[in-house]
Amino acid sequence: MTEATLTTPRKQPAKTSRPSTLGLLLNNTLATTGLIILGIICLLALAAPLLPLPNPDATAPADRLMRPFTDGHLLGTDHLGRDLLSRLIWGTRVSLAVGLSATAIAAFFGSLLGLLAGYAGKRVDTIIMRGIDMVMAFPYILLALAIVAVLGPGLLNALYAIALVNIPFFARNIRGITLGLSRREFVDAARLAGKSPPQILFLEILPNVLPVIIITMSTTVGWMVLETAGLSFLGLGAQPPQADLGSMLGEGRKILFTAPHVSIIPGLMIFALVMSINLFGDGIRDILDPRLRSGSLTRPVARTAVERNEADKPAPTRPDALFEMIGLRTEFKIGTSVYKAVGGVDLALKHGECLGLVGESGSGKSVTAMSVMGLVPTPPGKIAGGAAYLEGEDLFAASDRRIRDLRGGSVSYVFQDPLSTLHPLFTVGQQLSEAISAHAPLGRSETQARALELLSLVRIPNPAERLKAYPHELSGGMRQRVCIAMALANDAKLLIADEPTTALDVTVQSQILTLMNQLRQERDAAILFITHDFGVVSALCDRVAVMYAGRIVETGTTEDILNNPKHPYTAKLIECVPVLGDPGRRLDAIEGRPPVVNHLPDGCAFADRCPHVQPVCRSGDIALEMTGPERGVRCLFPLTQGEDT
Amino acid sequence: MAYYIAKRLLAAIPVLFGLTIIVFLIMAMIPGDPATAILGSYATPENVAKLNRDLGLDKTLFEQYVIWIGNLIHGDLGRSYTLNRPVLDEVLERFSATLILSGTSLVLCSVLGLLAGIISAVRQYGWADKAITLIVLIGISTPSFWLGLLLILIFAVNLKLFPASGMYAIYGGGDLADLIHHLTLPALTLSIVATGVIARLTRTAMLEVLRQDYIRTARAKGLSESKVIYKHAFKAALVNVVPVIGIQAGFVIGGAVYIETVFQWPGIGSMLVTAISTRDLLLVQGGVLIVASAYVLFNLLADVVQTILDPRLR
Repeated sequence: MTEATLTTPRKQPAKTSRPSTLGLLLNNTLATTGLIILGIICLLALAAPLLPLPNPDATAPADRLMRPFTDGHLLGTDHLGRDLLSRLIWGTRVSLAVGLSATAIAAFFGSLLGLLAGYAGKRVDTIIMRGIDMVMAFPYILLALAIVAVLGPGLLNALYAIALVNIPFFARNIRGITLGLSRREFVDAARLAGKSPPQILFLEILPNVLPVIIITMSTTVGWMVLETAGLSFLGLGAQPPQADLGSMLGEGRKILFTAPHVSIIPGLMIFALVMSINLFGDGIRDILDPRLRSGSLTRPVARTAVERNEADKPAPTRPDALFEMIGLRTEFKIGTSVYKAVGGVDLALKHGECLGLVGESGSGKSVTAMSVMGLVPTPPGKIAGGAAYLEGEDLFAASDRRIRDLRGGSVSYVFQDPLSTLHPLFTVGQQLSEAISAHAPLGRSETQARALELLSLVRIPNPAERLKAYPHELSGGMRQRVCIAMALANDAKLLIADEPTTALDVTVQSQILTLMNQLRQERDAAILFITHDFGVVSALCDRVAVMYAGRIVETGTTEDILNNPKHPYTAKLIECVPVLGDPGRRLDAIEGRPPVVNHLPDGCAFADRCPHVQPVCRSGDIALEMTGPERGVRCLFPLTQGEDT
Repeated sequence: MAYYIAKRLLAAIPVLFGLTIIVFLIMAMIPGDPATAILGSYATPENVAKLNRDLGLDKTLFEQYVIWIGNLIHGDLGRSYTLNRPVLDEVLERFSATLILSGTSLVLCSVLGLLAGIISAVRQYGWADKAITLIVLIGISTPSFWLGLLLILIFAVNLKLFPASGMYAIYGGGDLADLIHHLTLPALTLSIVATGVIARLTRTAMLEVLRQDYIRTARAKGLSESKVIYKHAFKAALVNVVPVIGIQAGFVIGGAVYIETVFQWPGIGSMLVTAISTRDLLLVQGGVLIVASAYVLFNLLADVVQTILDPRLR
């Protein structure tokens, strides 16, 4: 969770570099507002002895219960004629001091316990955490009350009580992080270097848990201010003549009906104080908790946004095709940079045909596939151009209602990891039935029968039993069969399979491939099969399109491509596949990494990794040169047959 | 299922046992001599020694605990010296009032918090989300005891819609309608903070869940957006929110201390505050014990609900 705060940030192009921590904080309007209000309150409290205020404890029975805005008493006076403004500022001083001290004490002891428990582990950990659990078994305020009951009412005792009941929060959070850190390499290294456990704990681990301590402090300090005020309100904290905001409120309560301002004013101050602390604390947490940094927790809407220029949308060119995609461009806008995940992709599929879309991770294969039915998360993704036609129908112009009918109907998906793609809290039967009834309004028993039929279709033994199972009770292969069954629920014409066998072991992989091939032949469905593995391609696909950095770099029939790759990238990908009975063959990983798609180079995107690169490759756009009806390559210097890469 | 619930129930026993130890130790740690405290500083040494014997204070701590827990099992929590009646009777009577108040608040904050959280997540960055986020922020920063006073001023003093204090009208009343009339303001006040916490968490949990692969699957199946959100996403989010509702139960029962004081609700919280001021420690002990046990049981209930919702926990 704190990964990103722990490692030094990677060097990034100047354009996308993140603003500084303070800059981030000031960008957050709410946090800045909180900081300003908090700053003003703190300044007032600090400057209390310097301000021209009357003595907060000086009573003047003649001036009692004066309303706010009277001469000489801006906020009026209380039942003893004491100036409320002066009492408010002095009371704030006490409340702030008590709240902050309680936080400091809780943070110190809680962090110490957490560090000890997390680092020492075993018995020490068990004993400390059992103790913490016991303390947490009490309602928070009740425990503070019990402690005050023992120590006796008083401000200092209230402070101890509040600090004590907050120790578990720190101990728990810090322990979790410490536990993770103490297994990391840098701790092992320090240990091998002969550092003593206290040195490791305080010099190596402590600096790394500091952000968590600060987050916990920022989220608890508001509570502690509030709770100490609460104890004083009940008469268990500050004792007269000493006054904090809580005890002022408690005294004012007795004359609530006759002089409400005496209790409203200190309450407002507590509210402003706690609110500004919370606002500021939220800001700090957002910055230190990288998960929330780039607004990653945005809710994807039901369908990918389409923002293309309708005037120059490409018209379908192949009337015989079941599905045709022309010039698809899908982009992600993250922060100020635009990631062109798909930069103009053309694909076409006939009935019953299987097209393999091949490429490394990050080449844009999955995004291409998700774009078809608008499943790319928006925000941050959007379709920026191109068109997709299913039997001549423009999918990007179709209504939401129509897309919903097509999803799981004519076009269905099988995804990569069957554990995360099935809902963990519904049974296989419930999920299958749902897929059926979303498109075919059958009765309960009919739906049930159909679900059973589908499970047998994908060769799941004991289908009736399996319907009642939850996904986690099935093996990986069984789960993927369930996913395929779901995809087949409504006679799909186009099945989009996104690395359906990657998460499975080799035997199961071949079973699934055989199954998909049989189903394709039985039902005449077209399959868009996405993979990074040419071995899988050769087993199933009629044709292949190779993708790199968001574009198709080579396309052709499977046989042609495998025997005679023309693009150096394709050749490298094929070299990655081990061949049975040829142990002498070199198995190379492709050197280098694909380019980042928000910063694509001019010319060929593969130039940096290409063994045959020429200067001319780096300038100007390179077109997909068609060398036959099904064959094309995006390379200025295509390989000739038999050439060694 | 029954097996797992039974297992959870059994697991709660050591926690309850631990509670008794802590409560006992807290009271045993009190500085000063309880006998002197009860008899006053003019008591003769003989009388103090006799009372100490009567109270069992001349025995070891362990023996005292065994005797204390033995009495506890027989329902004997001692006698309150300020009220001059058995602690158990007083505590049970007060506890029923607290249960009515905090139970209502807990239902209120769960329903309102879940609703607000879902709306906030579904309409992310829309005006409803912004409004809810702001109200939640105000809610969790407001001192509940002050909010109670404000509500009394507005609804009891100015508008005269609700009574300012008590549980039943002094003359007449005593029926359910009267109870609800008296309950409205304190229950609302008590639920406000927990509502904010639950709404915040529900929003985050929903946003987290809506990004999961299985939600994409649900959409790929062609389900309607309302089914995706209210069936698939909500169920998964609820699993994460239920334990927090359990924890909030503790804050609600604890917060009742303030609200009962403000609204003069005859519950265990206002009893505790009085008992602490008058140093009636047996009463404090009994009160703390029963509220803490109730909290453990609330959490147990949340555990069971979570187990029912999530098959992976079984």
